[in-house]
Amino acid sequence: MGYIYLDNITVTKPHEEVVKTITEYLTDKYALATSQFSHSMGLESKEGYDNARHIIANSIGADDENIVFTSGSTESNNLAVKGFAHANKKRGNGLITTAVSERSVLNSMKTLEKEGFDVKILPVDENGRIKLTDLENSINDSTILFSFELANHEVGTIENYKEIVELCNKKGIAVHMDASLGYLHIPIDVKSLPVDLITLTAKRIHGPLGIGALFIRNGVKIKKQMDGGFNEMNLRAGSEPVALAAGFGKAVELFDREKDVVYTGKLKDKLLNLLRERIDDISVNGDIENSMSNVLNVTFHKVEGESTALYFDMEEIEVITGSACFSKSLEPSYVLMAIYNDHERAHGSITFSFSRYNTEDEITKTADAAKRIVDKLMEISPLK
Amino acid sequence: MSLPYGKKLLELFKHPHNVGKIKNPDAKATEGSPACGDMVTLYLKVDDKTHKIEDIKFESYGCASNIATASVITDIVKGKTIDEAKKVTWKKAADELGGLPPVKVHCSVLAVDTLRSAIRNYEESHGLIKNKVPTTRNDIIERLKHVMNPMKGLDIVKTGLLFDVIFEDGKVTVILELEESNQFASNLSNEIIEQLQTIWDVKSVEVKFNL
Repeated sequence: MGYIYLDNITVTKPHEEVVKTITEYLTDKYALATSQFSHSMGLESKEGYDNARHIIANSIGADDENIVFTSGSTESNNLAVKGFAHANKKRGNGLITTAVSERSVLNSMKTLEKEGFDVKILPVDENGRIKLTDLENSINDSTILFSFELANHEVGTIENYKEIVELCNKKGIAVHMDASLGYLHIPIDVKSLPVDLITLTAKRIHGPLGIGALFIRNGVKIKKQMDGGFNEMNLRAGSEPVALAAGFGKAVELFDREKDVVYTGKLKDKLLNLLRERIDDISVNGDIENSMSNVLNVTFHKVEGESTALYFDMEEIEVITGSACFSKSLEPSYVLMAIYNDHERAHGSITFSFSRYNTEDEITKTADAAKRIVDKLMEISPLK
Repeated sequence: MSLPYGKKLLELFKHPHNVGKIKNPDAKATEGSPACGDMVTLYLKVDDKTHKIEDIKFESYGCASNIATASVITDIVKGKTIDEAKKVTWKKAADELGGLPPVKVHCSVLAVDTLRSAIRNYEESHGLIKNKVPTTRNDIIERLKHVMNPMKGLDIVKTGLLFDVIFEDGKVTVILELEESNQFASNLSNEIIEQLQTIWDVKSVEVKFNL
């Protein structure tokens, strides 16, 4: 029996055609793509690279020159937040983000705070969203940027992104949207959504791990963060990762709303129904209504998350938990703590996340396993 | 595939020994809390005359290291006298398990701490503390480091939740920097009383809230 992979919120399985595309570039089209005045092989690489950029730009209604390739969402977020702050500090030193933003944004802000920027972190409600009035009230004359997630990277709640972008525009501050979760699942068109910066990544849409992009609207100033050559419109030095970019482009082409959104949503509903039938003490974390169709974050109360995840692994079902024991910092999920301020809820949380490669049968097996695991751990638990 | 756990640890995680409750135990102790991510409750049945541990059982809300360590130490001390049992260290338990990842040691320490607390509770409730040194205010504060602040996941002393301790004529008053209406007030109050009431020269424990 193979693994039942339910950790698609972290990384998805690359499509076969993505792997084929990457292999083709690594095997035959491996020349450096940097110069359009280079040799024929270099030109061929460049063509593939530019084509990938075009596909990605097109997917959000942008022009090709608005897309900068990066090594992934962490780098995109660093470039967006630090790059914007450094390039625009004469206009003001105020930065705002949310308590549930990804660490690459939160920690970029912490670094900027040490450099003298004034950082505000907005709290979130019981679904994981900020209050627009909080954002409005926290903007002052020195504020230059607000950074938020389109969909939360742990519970999948979709933010009120249109209202946020509109408010930032009205207030005259720039807005960065981290769409590393939500990209393609939630259609974005930068012609109608006046957002300044968008983080994109390939790893969550069946593309390769190790490549992402940053959309930068025309006229938005960004300071380069890594010194080197003049690649990527002089915003990101380094030899172009042609094969990964081509794989990213292929993944975007292969995105299929029916398979990736509608079908995964059915799997999510099925698992939640089965879990609720089988297990009494369970809470859904984040917003169940307006959230990523392929993400289900729940807490099995009175049993500890790392033990639960380890039992799932022993049944060859791959899930993650917000338990402190599972994390590198020995702290429970800061996302769940920000939403609920409840340690037990965070420690007992499990994230199930789905893709088109999961089957309904796998979902039934997972629900059956969950029942066995929770019963077993409840037997041991002093909290029953 | 290599999880950072040895075979023995995983085996005991799957099939832990000595799990459950003991009815009318001679001593019982709980360390940790769901808030700090690990919690162990341990029950002892001790022979009155020989002071040998006749039976020992545990319950755990914790990770694999915690469950496996509790299983190992309960196996080790079963049949031993309480004096022998007191000498069991987490290192010994960890060695039995084939070593533990450094980051997991704290989960394992908790299981051993719980054993020590259970034995101490036994000794105190059975009048076995040989040198009955009068308890000081500092001793009480040390004890309170075993009560976790569920809002922080760390103990109430370290997190500043403990405002003051008054210890006079066997009467302990613990004052917490907290509203009485706080959702955890009652739970904290119970845990503090449980921690302190077994001390031989403590006659009563009262918890007050100063906000």
